[in-house]
Amino acid sequence: MHEIGLMQAALSVALDHAQTKGARQIHRLQLQVGELSGVDPDALAFAFDVVSNGTLAEKAKLELIPVPVSCYCSSCQQMFQPLDWVYECPCCHQLSADIRQGKALELSSLEIS
Amino acid sequence: MCGHCGCKNTRQTLSLHQNVLDKNDHYAEHNRVLFQHLLVLNVLSSPGTGKTTLIQRILRDCDLIAGADPLNRYQGVVRPGVIVGDLATNRDAERLRQTEQPVIQINTGNLCHLEAESVGKAAQQLTLDSLNLLIIENVGNLVCPAVYDLGEDLRIVLMSVTEGEDKPLKYPTMFKSAHAVVITKTDIADVVGFNRKETLEYLRLIAPQALIFELSATTGEGLTNFYAYLNQALSQRIAPAFV
Repeated sequence: MHEIGLMQAALSVALDHAQTKGARQIHRLQLQVGELSGVDPDALAFAFDVVSNGTLAEKAKLELIPVPVSCYCSSCQQMFQPLDWVYECPCCHQLSADIRQGKALELSSLEIS
Repeated sequence: MCGHCGCKNTRQTLSLHQNVLDKNDHYAEHNRVLFQHLLVLNVLSSPGTGKTTLIQRILRDCDLIAGADPLNRYQGVVRPGVIVGDLATNRDAERLRQTEQPVIQINTGNLCHLEAESVGKAAQQLTLDSLNLLIIENVGNLVCPAVYDLGEDLRIVLMSVTEGEDKPLKYPTMFKSAHAVVITKTDIADVVGFNRKETLEYLRLIAPQALIFELSATTGEGLTNFYAYLNQALSQRIAPAFV
């Protein structure tokens, strides 16, 4: 359950930005959650309810945008989105470990007033 | 007012695109500077796979590691140190200290993984200048530690023959992060009905990037290949300065 720590980190960044802008309230937080980020979205949402309590983000809506994994196939020299956890190129069926997208957990935007 | 058109909407959207793990990654980069003369291993597995037993063996076999590579790529003295993470107790550190090598225990309390900042602090308690191999034994957990960069060179993920062949399918994020996977406790593989072929196939599908080793830290079978790998990694990391 490392999601509490990650949500605390995300909220702390959000609160810093909100305070710099002199905001009184955070209305919406948008996070991009990579499929391979090692984070469970439900646990993240639960963690948000806990850590946002008593902060400017207490009433904020949390939006979690899933980011699918994209891999690069060195044989076909093109990107592909794997269908499951086996990252197999749909053209040549070679396995890829060259993951170009889907690992990150990112605070993408914030709505404040 | 909004500041753009004069409407009454006082809400504004800030576009940030900030990595939530920035703080940890920042400390991990600090660690890389601190560790620049060392080969650093992050050893990961579920509880009970045999991380401590394997590390104990490595600490005792430093001379064997120095001579393990058939091409003798690294022939210098192996000088190890260990940072070991557990939620509670010093038991693992005490076990490892029996080898008379330097060991620092981190107690994470309720935290299910090690983070770069605490590893950096613990490392300050070791005399890093006198070492060339740092082994970090992470908290036993195949989920959370996958996410945290500690500033390591290599991630060594262990699974034992008793844990079920489908472990890589169940914990793909961790196995996909591995530079090497070590199958442990091979001395009891037959007794527990371990299906080697199936395991190797799952590992190939989920972690095609990883080198695979099979060994028993108790009997010593299979250690030579793993030590040759460590020898090569040492030579790439710290040679020629220390050879």
